[in-house]
Amino acid sequence: MAEPNIPQVQDQTLAEIGADLEDQVSSSVQLLTHGQLVLARFKKNRLAVIGGVILAILYLLAILCEFVSPYDPDRRFQGFVYLPPTTVHIRDAEGRWRAPFIYPIKRMTDPKTFERKYVEDTSVRYPIKLLQKGDEYELWGLIPTNVHLFGVDDAAGPLAIMGLESMGRDLFSRILYGSRISLSIGLAGVFFSLIIGLVLGGLSGLYGGAVDNIVQRVIEFIRSIPTIPLWMGLAAALPPNWPQLRVYFAITIILSFVGWTTLARVIRGKFLSLREEDYVLAATQAGASRWFIIWEHLVPSFMSYILVHLTLSIPGMIMGETGLSFLGLGLAPPAISWGVLLKDAQKIQEVAIHPWILWPSIFVLVTVLSFNFFGDGLRDASDPYSQRL
Amino acid sequence: MRGYILRRVLQSIPILIGISIVAFLIIQLPPGDYLTVYASNLRSQGEFIGDEELEALKAQYALDKPVYMQYIRWITNFLQGNMGQSFYWNKPVSSLIGERIALSMVVSILTLIVTYGIAIPVGIYSSIKQYTWSDHVITLIAFIGVGLPSFLVALIVMYLGVKYFNLGAGGLFSADYLDAPWSFARVIDMLKHMWLPVIVIGISGTAGTIRVMRATTLDELSKPYVEAARARGLSELKAVLKYPVRVALNPILSTIGWMLPTIVSGETLVSLVLGLPTTGPLLYRALITQDMFLAASFILILSSLTVLGTLISDILLAWMDPRIRFGGAE
Repeated sequence: MAEPNIPQVQDQTLAEIGADLEDQVSSSVQLLTHGQLVLARFKKNRLAVIGGVILAILYLLAILCEFVSPYDPDRRFQGFVYLPPTTVHIRDAEGRWRAPFIYPIKRMTDPKTFERKYVEDTSVRYPIKLLQKGDEYELWGLIPTNVHLFGVDDAAGPLAIMGLESMGRDLFSRILYGSRISLSIGLAGVFFSLIIGLVLGGLSGLYGGAVDNIVQRVIEFIRSIPTIPLWMGLAAALPPNWPQLRVYFAITIILSFVGWTTLARVIRGKFLSLREEDYVLAATQAGASRWFIIWEHLVPSFMSYILVHLTLSIPGMIMGETGLSFLGLGLAPPAISWGVLLKDAQKIQEVAIHPWILWPSIFVLVTVLSFNFFGDGLRDASDPYSQRL
Repeated sequence: MRGYILRRVLQSIPILIGISIVAFLIIQLPPGDYLTVYASNLRSQGEFIGDEELEALKAQYALDKPVYMQYIRWITNFLQGNMGQSFYWNKPVSSLIGERIALSMVVSILTLIVTYGIAIPVGIYSSIKQYTWSDHVITLIAFIGVGLPSFLVALIVMYLGVKYFNLGAGGLFSADYLDAPWSFARVIDMLKHMWLPVIVIGISGTAGTIRVMRATTLDELSKPYVEAARARGLSELKAVLKYPVRVALNPILSTIGWMLPTIVSGETLVSLVLGLPTTGPLLYRALITQDMFLAASFILILSSLTVLGTLISDILLAWMDPRIRFGGAE
């Protein structure tokens, strides 16, 4: 160890010496704020970080879906029904390396079986271009343009990186547009659950007695009904002639109808345990009002817990919407969501011949798993002083 | 003990009444009723149905009465074993529902057994072998499994089955036994087909239980009494199984009641995808066609059985754990 630098007393005032010492201490002992500790703990969990990054990308894609998707989701490619995913080549027929390109597709009918076949025409190459001009759209309904992130010349035929679906529409573009509904419905559902859960759970924990008893019985009641039959029943009750936006909100409310119960339980438990804490007693003695204590002391102390809980309940909501729309009880075309897209996959014979129509399910799986990883990492990180199991 | 059981039984009565009202109201919510659907279908096919005839049908099914009268009529008949007529199938509901509910229950209970049968030993094993590669593998699998949506797994499993293993398109029976009367051979055939849905429905529950089991056992294992037991020379197996595991099992068993609604719920969706002859597909059809007596009976019976299952598991728990029996129930 090096000798600490002892300042020359005669040159400096005492205040300066103090400041100097403080500098030395803070440079040798690292002080981390609570936020930094949380971040450090979160970064340690590699799966959680990966989950977070994937979610960020997915939500970004959803926000920019008009720009990223190569085609209008409703554009039909005549004669290319169920076109398999286009192969993107980086080597041409002579074996030379090239920038990514595709060959145009020719439709053939097998002379024996009359099966429809798609064959690549290797005589012409169409390079995939960035910022390609294509279908007109209005970004966020504001900026009219026709520039897409990538695409090919229209003469090349469809660039369908995930294939075309039963009506000859580009599945990749449709998945991107569908992510807007599928990803946002989880957030909206959680938001509604949070409001109901906070109010009822808070009342229940705060007042106790009869209010608590009633709320608890209602929660028990809702939880004892199997969720899916209940959701199916409620969703089937929606009038079929409702506009899709209203159906969207109705589905969200149906999903949060069950979702709030767990949240209310958690909040009630937190209220019950926290109101016994010494600092609450101290605040009461100091003359703080009840609402002041709730907002200044109680809510911040369990907010991180609630956030974690919310994150972990989003995937359930996304699954709910997917399941209902898949069954035809939720959203319906022309609305696009991952569940609506999966409706095509209901017939297993279709899936066996055109397996790429399962792509939306991969997106759902990845999203759900990412949310779980991310939420789990948040849970560990929200309490950075605990030991890890 | 008797007091506890009595209290618990009394508690579930309002829940059952509530469920019956909800089940009935859900079916009442959509505009129009089955008869309007039926009449418009007939008319679109060019057949004629007179207004008097429609009125007569309405009176027969009491659809002209106010909702609460319809409910009272329905629930009294229901309690006497008359579940009404299915409009769509034109058969008594009870004849349609019986076997399907039974099969649903068989699948659900089997799933419950398999879930615990796999999760508890694996969870214990994982905790004993903490931080070895087998523990890491189990933890990762459980971690992924918790979040897997069962009906998507069912969809993908179906595809793989059809594509690579040349399996038929799901179902619980092979072609020979599909319409055969119940026999020992048919039961065996059913069990052979049962494993796939059971695994698909059970995945997330099993994974969740493994995680809880591992965590609670680890908590117990780090306590001094386990150290003391080892110091006295108890075999490792006994030192783990005798007390720590018994304590660690508690939170798992006490949530058995929550597990059941989840499994029944998962079963409904998975059976629709896999085409099992259980409640899922028929409930779905009934909801789509507004076949109200059939749909309401399904929702009521499924939910009631779930409440009953929860009740039984609670009583069993109280019987096993004196702390619950003597008032610590809240």
